[in-house]
Amino acid sequence: MATNLKNKLEMTGAKALMTALEKEGVKEVFGLPGGANLPMYDEFARCDIRHILTRHEQSAAHMADGFGRVSRKPGVCFATSGPGATNILTGIATAQADSAPMIAVTGQVPVEMIGKDAFQESDIIGMANPVVKYAFQPRNAIEVPEVVRKGFYIAETGRPGPVLIDIPKDVQTNKAEMSFPEEFKIKGYHPWTDPDIIHVEKAIEMILNAEKPVILAGGGTIISSAFAELQSIAELLMVPVVTTFKGKGAFPENHPLSLGPIGMHGHAEANKIMTEADCVLAIGTRFSDRSVGTFETFEKRLKIIHMDVDPAEIGKNQTTSVAVVGDVRASLRIMVKLMMQKTLKKTEDTPWFKHVKETKDYWRENLKLHPGEMGAAKILRKLRELLPHQSIVTTEVGQHQMWASLFFDVIQPGTFFSSTGLGTMGWGFPAAIGAKVAKPDVHVVDIAGDGSFSMTENSLATAVLEDIPVIVFVLNNSSLGMVAQWQRTFYGRRMIGVEQGKCPDYVKLAESYGAQGIRAQSMDELDRAIKTALSSDVATVIDIPIDPEEDVLPFVAPGTSLEDMVLPS
Amino acid sequence: MWAILSLLVENKPGILFKVTHLFRSRNFNIDSISVGVTENPEYSRMTITTLGNEKKVAQIVKQLDKMIDTIEVKHLDEHKTVYRELSIFKIKLSNASDSMEINKLANAYGGKVHDVKKNSIMVELTATPDQIEAFKELAEPFGIIDVARTGVAALQRSGV
Repeated sequence: MATNLKNKLEMTGAKALMTALEKEGVKEVFGLPGGANLPMYDEFARCDIRHILTRHEQSAAHMADGFGRVSRKPGVCFATSGPGATNILTGIATAQADSAPMIAVTGQVPVEMIGKDAFQESDIIGMANPVVKYAFQPRNAIEVPEVVRKGFYIAETGRPGPVLIDIPKDVQTNKAEMSFPEEFKIKGYHPWTDPDIIHVEKAIEMILNAEKPVILAGGGTIISSAFAELQSIAELLMVPVVTTFKGKGAFPENHPLSLGPIGMHGHAEANKIMTEADCVLAIGTRFSDRSVGTFETFEKRLKIIHMDVDPAEIGKNQTTSVAVVGDVRASLRIMVKLMMQKTLKKTEDTPWFKHVKETKDYWRENLKLHPGEMGAAKILRKLRELLPHQSIVTTEVGQHQMWASLFFDVIQPGTFFSSTGLGTMGWGFPAAIGAKVAKPDVHVVDIAGDGSFSMTENSLATAVLEDIPVIVFVLNNSSLGMVAQWQRTFYGRRMIGVEQGKCPDYVKLAESYGAQGIRAQSMDELDRAIKTALSSDVATVIDIPIDPEEDVLPFVAPGTSLEDMVLPS
Repeated sequence: MWAILSLLVENKPGILFKVTHLFRSRNFNIDSISVGVTENPEYSRMTITTLGNEKKVAQIVKQLDKMIDTIEVKHLDEHKTVYRELSIFKIKLSNASDSMEINKLANAYGGKVHDVKKNSIMVELTATPDQIEAFKELAEPFGIIDVARTGVAALQRSGV
């Protein structure tokens, strides 16, 4: 107690916020100042945290999100009250949908003004509630240090997620005797459950007894970095590995057991094998409709072993035969250990293994691709050829994203990130900036389409002024390509609201921000453009005009099951 | 399935909003809800009754349990639970004998009579929702003017 008292320091809520952030190891904050968060902004003058200015609060949130996914520590973003806070909301919802750790700090009107419809007042706590892991609104300056500590703890433990801290302006300016507690209690929060060994044993027995087993790795495998454990299990059992789109790259996609992502735009071989399997070991996945198609059809055909850190995911979308609740890395470790004690027969000679191999070989040979020189597959394979394996790739949302899923193999696990849950257009570029801040020593590429990129393209200002050289790789079909594809497929080619023209000229746009812009209209030009971008120390936009009629195929239409996959004809 | 859920939550502003919001956003239904502070002023107890099949109720419990503000969430077995609802009925008096009839009826259900006026009478009845429904059915021929119900409050019996 005595030491505690000695450690108490009088300071403002704003100073306490910055001190608490420093104690959490925060080195960068992405954000935009405004009236209600000026006191905290003023503290940047007196601390070592770097402020990275964005041109829109949504981008600040996506940057923090990208930073968080790559570093596995919450990224931090600041916004002012009212419109600043509502602008940040899309970014928070995106992080929540993909379980990304984030701390969003918003300014709020003074406590006495709350509820008076004050200028730039918004009930951001009420609005954000459904899309945050937790939200705090300290009403007294003295609460700030503990709120920050709890916020980080909640954001990064268990199933990670975004935490909002909304601080009224007077709470920022008021002084209090601050102490910075290491220990605290959150009675209703139990982020970790130790995996039950009996359930793990049941899971092993079930998968060993299956004739046609498959491993389905979801995003949770990447969040918990269970790469080595996943690979051990797959190799011990000689079981093929498919992933969800969010789990893409949980397993090296050049591995002989890898079949790639399943789902709406999954690999043909992955969807085929998934529909034939009799047992699936599903790791860290919530069985989204995008991955499994119609729920009833999926769960009917096979036994499901479900490992997840979030007990509420068990049985939410799929009926499971065995559930293992706990951090999936911990669960897989136990599984590996128990399996090492068994004498396992390698199953390379089973009819299933042979069938899997034949299916994979067939589709890798025979999937029809766009015949032109600048087809999506050729472009993305060229990028893969030239991009070092440890580079980080983000994507926007749309056709390019699904082509990336199909044709850009992730070799080093945990280097591929996308807005997979909320599907937020404009996510990839700011997220790439955040990723580059987290890992400045590797190349970071945003695989983009013109539609998505145009939503947050003004982040070029941040990339240039803050010297964060990422590469934006724009597959430019001058349209909202995925919507156009659906209009071609489901709406009788009535093309409404999808044409973007050649507007803007992305080379000129990049140059106007002081970035590098390169247009690549042939494979030779693309080769040179990628090499130039990789050797430049300035943000680069590579604009690659492509055929606006190219579709993403295979395709499992919404509301249908994986069996109904449409293949290129 | 009719299910009684008992939630021990932090006694802080905004929790009721979060709990009800969870029901809305997850497409669950609240049949009734009652809230009150517990013996420890730091906590409140919410009793929620809901309808849904076993799978749905299990999912509601898990989602409520996941909420950071909930300390404890229980799906109570109604056979091992004391659960009651308070209801107040305002009933029309048309004939001279109505008042006596309603008094008898209220007595039979363990209710209390209040506010006897020339044209109306009030009955306070604390019972299970089923008993309240049964009383309502029997009171209907007299003409029910208004009903106010609190929703169920419930506690698990000891030693079960």
